[in-house]
Amino acid sequence: MSFVSANWGDIVHRALLHAWLAGLPLFLGLLISLPVGWLAQRSRVLRPFLVVGSGLLYTIPSLALFILMPLIIGTKILDPLNVIIAMTIYTIALLVRSVSDALAAVPADVRQAATAMGYTPARRFLAVDLPLAVPVLAAGLRVAAVSNVSIVSVASLVGISQLGFYLTDGYERTYGTEIGVGIVACVVLALIFDLTIVLLARVLTPWQRVNAA
Amino acid sequence: MITQVWQWLTSASSWEGSAGIGHRLLQHLEYSAITVLIASALAIPLGLWIGHTGRGRWMVTAANSLRAVPSLGLLFAVALWLGPKLHGNSAYVVPSIVVLVVLAIPPLLAGAYAGVAGVDPAARDAAHGMGMTEGQVLLQVEVPCALPLMLSGVRSATLQVIATATIASAVSLGGLGRFLIDGLALGEYNVMAGGAIVVALLALGVDTVLAALQAAVVSPGLSGGTSRFRGRRTRTDRGQPTASENEPGVVGVVAKG
Amino acid sequence: MIRFDRVVKKFDGGSVAVDNLSFEAQRGEITVLVGPSGCGKTTSLRMINRMIDPTSGQILLDEQPVGQIAPAQLRRGIGYVIQHAGLFPHRTVLDNVATVPRLAGWSKAKARTRAHEVLELVGLPGDYAVRYPSQLSGGQQQRVGVARALAADPSVMLMDEPFSAVDPIVREQLQDEFLRLQRELGKTIVFVTHDIDEAIKLGDKVAVLEVGGRLAQLAEPAYLLAHPINDFVSDFIGRDRGYRALAFQDAPDFPLRPEPTVELGTTPAQARLATSDGWLLVVTDGRPQGWIEPQRITVPIESAMLHRGGTVARNHGPLRAALDAALSAPSRRGVVVDDDGRLLGTVRADEVLRAIDAAERPAIDPADIAPAESP
Repeated sequence: MSFVSANWGDIVHRALLHAWLAGLPLFLGLLISLPVGWLAQRSRVLRPFLVVGSGLLYTIPSLALFILMPLIIGTKILDPLNVIIAMTIYTIALLVRSVSDALAAVPADVRQAATAMGYTPARRFLAVDLPLAVPVLAAGLRVAAVSNVSIVSVASLVGISQLGFYLTDGYERTYGTEIGVGIVACVVLALIFDLTIVLLARVLTPWQRVNAA
Repeated sequence: MITQVWQWLTSASSWEGSAGIGHRLLQHLEYSAITVLIASALAIPLGLWIGHTGRGRWMVTAANSLRAVPSLGLLFAVALWLGPKLHGNSAYVVPSIVVLVVLAIPPLLAGAYAGVAGVDPAARDAAHGMGMTEGQVLLQVEVPCALPLMLSGVRSATLQVIATATIASAVSLGGLGRFLIDGLALGEYNVMAGGAIVVALLALGVDTVLAALQAAVVSPGLSGGTSRFRGRRTRTDRGQPTASENEPGVVGVVAKG
Repeated sequence: MIRFDRVVKKFDGGSVAVDNLSFEAQRGEITVLVGPSGCGKTTSLRMINRMIDPTSGQILLDEQPVGQIAPAQLRRGIGYVIQHAGLFPHRTVLDNVATVPRLAGWSKAKARTRAHEVLELVGLPGDYAVRYPSQLSGGQQQRVGVARALAADPSVMLMDEPFSAVDPIVREQLQDEFLRLQRELGKTIVFVTHDIDEAIKLGDKVAVLEVGGRLAQLAEPAYLLAHPINDFVSDFIGRDRGYRALAFQDAPDFPLRPEPTVELGTTPAQARLATSDGWLLVVTDGRPQGWIEPQRITVPIESAMLHRGGTVARNHGPLRAALDAALSAPSRRGVVVDDDGRLLGTVRADEVLRAIDAAERPAIDPADIAPAESP
């Protein structure tokens, strides 16, 4: 406890950095996955390439990707941009499949009814498909969020500041308490991400709450 | 920069000896294989049992919530706690293997459980109704039908282990991670990047082999390639099964280190 | 024979699914359990092969209590067909069908030979054998389900709404083939459905169950239609009972009238000469094709010009078919044919009605009109 109180300001600062490094890629990844997932769901030819291809990105170990980023985009090894882009890649890897599954789960009769009413494809996507896809999409986003928070801590091995610092620092100083604080802080952050997505999904899908009651 | 990395990767001296790429590649594979085998022996029978009986589902949920624990933290904590109690080589190998096994369990458990739990209830009912014993229902119907998800779990777990074994070099484990960790410490970017490329290729290669294995052992009746009638939607096609709307914590087999 | 002896099933939480049920399903007959949802019909069926065990009472299979037989052994001797077929998606059609013989210890070759035989029997020829269930339509899957249950040649079959998940046309086909198969095989069958028409069509005996798992009435279909024992049964059987009951009474020798006929290609002038009133029957090789109005045609008779609304009745077939033939013919003369479908003559609705008047209805069982015993 004394460690926490003595370092409270530092912990909050690193937690915010951690949240930024894990959260921004989540947002960027979602933004990119929506059109890609939509394309994958629309085109039978493209689907295997997009889904398998994005899935392959996920197989690259995180430490390796962090280290390879400078080679790919020409940054310095200590640049947080490496982490942001690497995490965005992982988010896309998870979400393309989620988006495509979520859109595929929209009932065909609902879609046809919307088309018959005179929705243009673009408006139908925004007004009908996307809202109905929210539950499956949110589930995918939760997996990605928790995964991101955990992976970002690995970046402390390449010297990027966030909560993972307490893990490496604690190990070097053989100070178990500090590692414990780092782990708990990461878990709490993951829970906050998870809860936020759950709440957001609830707000966006009032009809689901009616059914659940 | 790229040329330096290429030079390191292609020079014979990088590949030879006990600190060479060849030896460490084998080491990495060895640790990963041992870990996945141990974890499979623990998690798959348990997952099958939970799926078959419907009892103990909380274990799957609990194992899944482990995903929120950062693997790096778990690695350091266990190394710090177990390391001093062990001697010689095992002081750094055993803690790493323990953590790797722990991290491999959630996707294996979730895959085996979700695979069995997702078997068409009518098929299970018919199996009982025609006089199969519980063991026959499990081995002749549930396990073959669960194979796609079960093997996806194995693939996820293997990737998780290969990735985390790389990080485990930070607690002195051998394997390819040494190039990344030592390269970092010495500021030799060509070694780090070269090692990273080998690790990435290893992960891709192993996943490709496992995917081929999966395609070979799963019945064509399940793989969806035969489906003329797109009636029931199954989520058992290739790749990692992702999240389900109903039980996000349980079916999500994805893991990452 | 299957005998239910005061069988009770209460589920956890106290709800009574089956209440003191006693009845017999005779050897070689189809006994249909029918009733609304919640009447315990499926529970009753599943107690026969011990998928569920009764709370009290017992079920006897050829006078041996099923509770004394190990479940797996019991079930291997009983065919089991369910609503969604429950085929194993990872096995080919052939291996699905060979499953029970394999469980019984047959060699693989012998089991597969047998599987080919039963697939033939249910109308799924050779090339279906190597397909997977996902490559079959719902009706085909159901046929495989029946084949799988028949593979080890059990003397008893349990069927739980086997035809209710397929569309009406396929359902009727499957029902007809099922009856044909049963005439050949003579199994002891207990059949569950919620569809009273299916029950009446398929059952040698029909057991109507009420919500709460009580047996309301067990009788032959014709008797059930003629003498429903109470309001529940009569409501459940539904409307048109008198008309539907005619399906179970065969027509007597009608005084068939000769009907003038012409063939396709007949000119309008010839057709007008042949007719006695406004309508004329067109036949090919003696088989009725349809009716035509000679006054209205200007070219030789073509197939597309025929009025095909009239049904055709088989001689000595059910009275219902004869009456329907008379009512549906535009000439009001019902067409009667022999077993080969060749025209024998026509009969008028009033003649059919006279036959109905003269026909005997199933006599009421005195037990069914006795005052109910107080419990």
